[in-house]
Amino acid sequence: MNVGLEHYLTVSAMLFCLGLLGVILRRNVLVIYMSLELMLNAANLALVAFSRFNENLTGQMMVFFIITVAAAEVAVGLALIVALYRKRQSAHVEDLTSLKL
Amino acid sequence: MALPDILFYLFAFLTLLFGALAVANPFSRNPVTSAMFLVLTICAMAGLFVLLNAFFLAAVQILVYAGAVMVLFLFVIMLLDLKEEQRRKINLFGIVTGTGAVLGLGFLLTRTIWGGDLNQAANPRVIGDTKALGLELFTKGQFLLPFEIVSVLLLVAMVGVILLSKKELK
Repeated sequence: MNVGLEHYLTVSAMLFCLGLLGVILRRNVLVIYMSLELMLNAANLALVAFSRFNENLTGQMMVFFIITVAAAEVAVGLALIVALYRKRQSAHVEDLTSLKL
Repeated sequence: MALPDILFYLFAFLTLLFGALAVANPFSRNPVTSAMFLVLTICAMAGLFVLLNAFFLAAVQILVYAGAVMVLFLFVIMLLDLKEEQRRKINLFGIVTGTGAVLGLGFLLTRTIWGGDLNQAANPRVIGDTKALGLELFTKGQFLLPFEIVSVLLLVAMVGVILLSKKELK
């Protein structure tokens, strides 16, 4: 069977689920953030696959912008984590409960 | 099986394997190991992008993600001097329900992908080289405004990061 859109979308879905699993299971803020990046990349893969099999470049443009915004987002997120670590001396989600009622 | 198909299965396998090792490595719970496996995942995914004829995006993926973003991650990990994630009280209920939810989501996605009729061309043309992408970005006028807004966004992010990293937040 020829590799088609379904195959790429399946890989993308599995990668997204892996990232979600990491967000749920891991307890380290940085590892959770990396898992989020993995989910973002899975979405990128789906967009590029759609773009390829529909002969339309708009999906690739979308990924281009997503990568740019993701770079900015990572910088801001890591700055937040560093600020949080400086205040709390911990990067464990279980220690970061000041918003808990 | 043709060579692109074999390469697809190879890169897909590598992407998922490295992704799984980055998320839940049975041998090490060190954040540095996760980061290094994430770099490998991203490189394997760039291979998938090449198979999808998105050559420019494959290069950008390696340059920006594997290069800049992951270096930033490693830099912060080293800066914080994180120890191995200690095993704390394991919340069994959370693990079981979380894994169940993720498996359910995966099942739904796979069912949707394989059950519906995906509108796809039989023999797609080769598009996606740098020239086509540049023409799409700069000549059609559709993406010019987003492009300028993104540049402002990068500036805003830079100022925000500097403000957040200052010693005292006022």
